[in-house]
Amino acid sequence: MSTESDTPLLDELEKGPFPSFVSEIKKAAAKNKMALDELKQLEKSYRDKRGYWKHGGIVGIRGYGSGIIGRHSSLPQEFPGVADFHTVRVNSVSGFFYTSDSLRQICDIWDRHGSGLLNMHGSTGDIILLGTSTEKLEPVFAEFSSRGWDLGGSGSSLRTPSCCIGPARCEWANIDTLDIIYNLTQEFQDEMHRPAFPYKFKIKAAGCAVDCIGAIARADCSIIGTWRGHIVVDQSAVAEYAKQGMDIQAEIVNLCPTGCMVYDGRELYINDEDCSRCMHCISRMTKALRPAGEKGATILIGSKAPFVIGATLSWVLVPFMKLEPPYDEFKALLKKIWEYWDEHGKNRERLGELVIRRGMREFLEFVGVKPSPQQVKEPRRDPFFYWKDEDFRRQ
Amino acid sequence: MDKEELKKRIFELVEKSVGKKKLKSSDIQKIISADTGVARDYVKSALRNLVDDGTLIYTYFGGSFVEIPSKE
Repeated sequence: MSTESDTPLLDELEKGPFPSFVSEIKKAAAKNKMALDELKQLEKSYRDKRGYWKHGGIVGIRGYGSGIIGRHSSLPQEFPGVADFHTVRVNSVSGFFYTSDSLRQICDIWDRHGSGLLNMHGSTGDIILLGTSTEKLEPVFAEFSSRGWDLGGSGSSLRTPSCCIGPARCEWANIDTLDIIYNLTQEFQDEMHRPAFPYKFKIKAAGCAVDCIGAIARADCSIIGTWRGHIVVDQSAVAEYAKQGMDIQAEIVNLCPTGCMVYDGRELYINDEDCSRCMHCISRMTKALRPAGEKGATILIGSKAPFVIGATLSWVLVPFMKLEPPYDEFKALLKKIWEYWDEHGKNRERLGELVIRRGMREFLEFVGVKPSPQQVKEPRRDPFFYWKDEDFRRQ
Repeated sequence: MDKEELKKRIFELVEKSVGKKKLKSSDIQKIISADTGVARDYVKSALRNLVDDGTLIYTYFGGSFVEIPSKE
């Protein structure tokens, strides 16, 4: 009996201490032909150093323009199990909270209709179900839909909004990220399911600047919880941290991005006016420091992965906005942003790229937000704001 | 304008563009709204009806477009 593996290159990815996606595909392949052919095609891709997937096209659910990503093998004769291998995006739950029953429900449906492979979660935040055939799409959707699930966003649409765990399990959340994302998802169903934007648009909400959801690096519009007030310092807890061996000068004060802190060896002082609410000190000294005052969010725009102009991080649009149900102020701002993008955006141009191309000034005038120092993207470099001659004329 | 008439105008626009230019949903809304003078939301609603009944479909080719389904 031969001991030679059919997938020697993929086997390499099972070595080492980390969980391996190859092991998981092999488990699925033992009982599912699609997963088996997926494994074989992947091995061939590794061997030939090229991909064998084509994507896009016309597959979808009737009435929906997003949620299904058509995927086809370019070697259907060799790997018939993956001739069609469409991805289904299911709208995730705010904060990614599931009961084990709901997870079993998702897996059972997918075992019946797809490859059995899934990805929790994709970078957009959806539950990504990998691999089904065209004729199975409507039945899959019917099963999910009848149990209260819906498709997520894909293509040139609003992508499924996502958020951190927020106040459900985190004492530092300055905003109710879960409610905000649920509310926005319900409000903008049309924008999610019927693509009408120049390109994709992502919204992510983080409860504080620690940004566990990675909003600042991934979302066209980031909502990041903050506060307007000071940081309460418990000096006895500060002393306890020092006693436990924390080098407060090196680990806290020297790493403060605005240099707003002083430590005299006994007590910690914070100049709140210079604080940028980055959360570094608070997240390191959770027992000693606590934000106090009015809670709200900073609204940022523009981050994206590399495409036309390379990766960009978000920058501030609104330094502070009260975010309370029904979030009308934020929704009105979002609609103005989309209107501007719709008016001036080129096909496949992300919002950030558009604003960089045309300038922050025009954008601010259009959306009705006043210029403020916090919007300066990179201090001491490009001010990111184009002045007109009349700005310099004496009134 | 009557909604059925509007739907007809939308379909004709998409039909005319076949083989020339793929139209996005927003392109259709802008063009029809400008041509007929009706509000974009109304055009959007008519377009939605056409997609819901399968007369038009969304496609994805490096961006999302609205097209006539193939007869196959």
